[in-house]
Amino acid sequence: MHPEKVDKLATGIILTLAGIVGLVILSLLAYILATGIPHVSWDFLTSSAESFRAGGGIRDQLFNSLYLVVLTMIVSVPLALCAAIYLSEYAPDNRWTGLLRLAIEVLSSLPSVVVGLFGYLVFVLQFGMDFSLLAGALALTILNLPILTRSCEDALRQVPYLQRQAGLGLGMSKWRVTTKIVLPAALPGIITGAILSAGRIFGEAAALIYTAGQSSPAIDYGDWNPFSPASFLNPMRPAETLAVHIWKVNSEGLVPDARAVSNGSAAVLIITILLFNLVARYLGYLIKKKLTK
Amino acid sequence: MDNLRKELLRPSAESKQEVSGKVVSYFAILLIGGLVGTILIFLTVKGIALFTGNHFSLREFLTGVNWQPGHHHFGALPMITTSFSVTVFSGLVALPLALVVAIAITEMLPSRVYKFFQPVIELLVGIPSVVYGYLGLTVIVPQLRQMFGGTGFGILAATCVLFLMILPTMTSMTIDSLRAVPQSYRQASTGLGATRWQTISRVILPSAKSGILTAMVFGMARAFGEALAVQMVIGNTTVMPKGVMESAATLTSVLTTGIGNTVMGTAANNALWSLALILLIMSLAFNLLIRLVSRKGVR
Repeated sequence: MHPEKVDKLATGIILTLAGIVGLVILSLLAYILATGIPHVSWDFLTSSAESFRAGGGIRDQLFNSLYLVVLTMIVSVPLALCAAIYLSEYAPDNRWTGLLRLAIEVLSSLPSVVVGLFGYLVFVLQFGMDFSLLAGALALTILNLPILTRSCEDALRQVPYLQRQAGLGLGMSKWRVTTKIVLPAALPGIITGAILSAGRIFGEAAALIYTAGQSSPAIDYGDWNPFSPASFLNPMRPAETLAVHIWKVNSEGLVPDARAVSNGSAAVLIITILLFNLVARYLGYLIKKKLTK
Repeated sequence: MDNLRKELLRPSAESKQEVSGKVVSYFAILLIGGLVGTILIFLTVKGIALFTGNHFSLREFLTGVNWQPGHHHFGALPMITTSFSVTVFSGLVALPLALVVAIAITEMLPSRVYKFFQPVIELLVGIPSVVYGYLGLTVIVPQLRQMFGGTGFGILAATCVLFLMILPTMTSMTIDSLRAVPQSYRQASTGLGATRWQTISRVILPSAKSGILTAMVFGMARAFGEALAVQMVIGNTTVMPKGVMESAATLTSVLTTGIGNTVMGTAANNALWSLALILLIMSLAFNLLIRLVSRKGVR
């Protein structure tokens, strides 16, 4: 066959197939949103879940998910940032550094269910935390650390070497150059990376069912003392997140309106992650504009 | 004199800060390294307890087809087979489609389209696996039931769900590797009179080969380790799969349902940890494979 005919044929086939795939995926996305959004109401977002009756909301699950993200970020951002600073500023190029990098790579490839089981074994049983937000947050930290370290390191490496030289030339120590010059310049990248990783752990479920637990006892939103057992801030209480809720409602299915609840929860989950993505993009854009001005 | 000497050689505030900063950051990376070591050791120790503590034979564990924890039968072959089949099937279906979409976006359509699709793909990558599982449960399983009869749960449903789940990741990685091919290659090929398809098939794809393979292995590694999405649609019957429409169970799905129902330290529980060890070893193997595949591209 003539090469031009082959070209036309291939172009046609590829574009058609790509179009079909794109349409199927987009329609599935649209399907989730379309079936879920009608069920999302203020009442759905602010009432607590029912175990056996219809009409339950997702207030506690939504709060738990967000709170868990905050707790995880509090633990993982400083750790990942320090590790990234070491890797990009201090690490000599030798075998030991290579081994540490390999360790991070291995960590990032662990299936989340394996991380969850490790969390169950160590945090829940060994450290006696029981099913708690803290155990869940630590498990999520394990999942989050490699991604966050990598994105922080990328952001730090993006800062031109000339700026470091200027600082060192003025007699500043390497640490001061890092914290006063490199870190501020890398901040947009670090923030964007952190928000994107927050979106990822927001929807995590497999690592949580045996660490944060699958139940959400009654909590009191007026109690601001994090040490009182009923307080919504208490990190030692078991907490079911939104993603776990979807899984649980569908696999145990005691509520009669499981479909409606999960449709609504799935839509809320996707919209929240979309918000995370949009905020990350917008912040990145904003800071970039401010810096290039 | 001695005092002056001391004074001059004393570390300054600046250098003290330098040392403490370096120590703190080194400590953070050591912590991560130590964490990985701990995970590997803990899961290995728990994973071999079935063979060392309960004296179950490793060969029977890997080749036995009978999984009845209540009767002390721990043949894990059905789960291993199912896990591998759903992974390979979903990878094989997803690779060509990810490639087609990536080629269409990078080589054929105007860059406006890429600008529009990039955030969409990012969103799809970020959608939690539970949502894909739920989608499978409410859309794919009933559809399969209607088309082929039976329950609809099984390997085919899990393959569909995993395929949907890994497609965005694989597409976005393939797009990256196609875009990494230097523009001059395309120009040189067009300058020689090649058609677009000739350029794509003989220049771009061969030079992006290792990136594309990396994307495929990466996607398959994700599929292999996915737990809840699969557990929701596979049917969870721990028997040797006879067909793609039969209900089955993967390593991950048995783990998610089993760990809560067994008592710590019993043989039934240890067997589950052994399954987790297989998962761990496989994820290390996928990691090695990705290293091998992507190193080839550098040469």
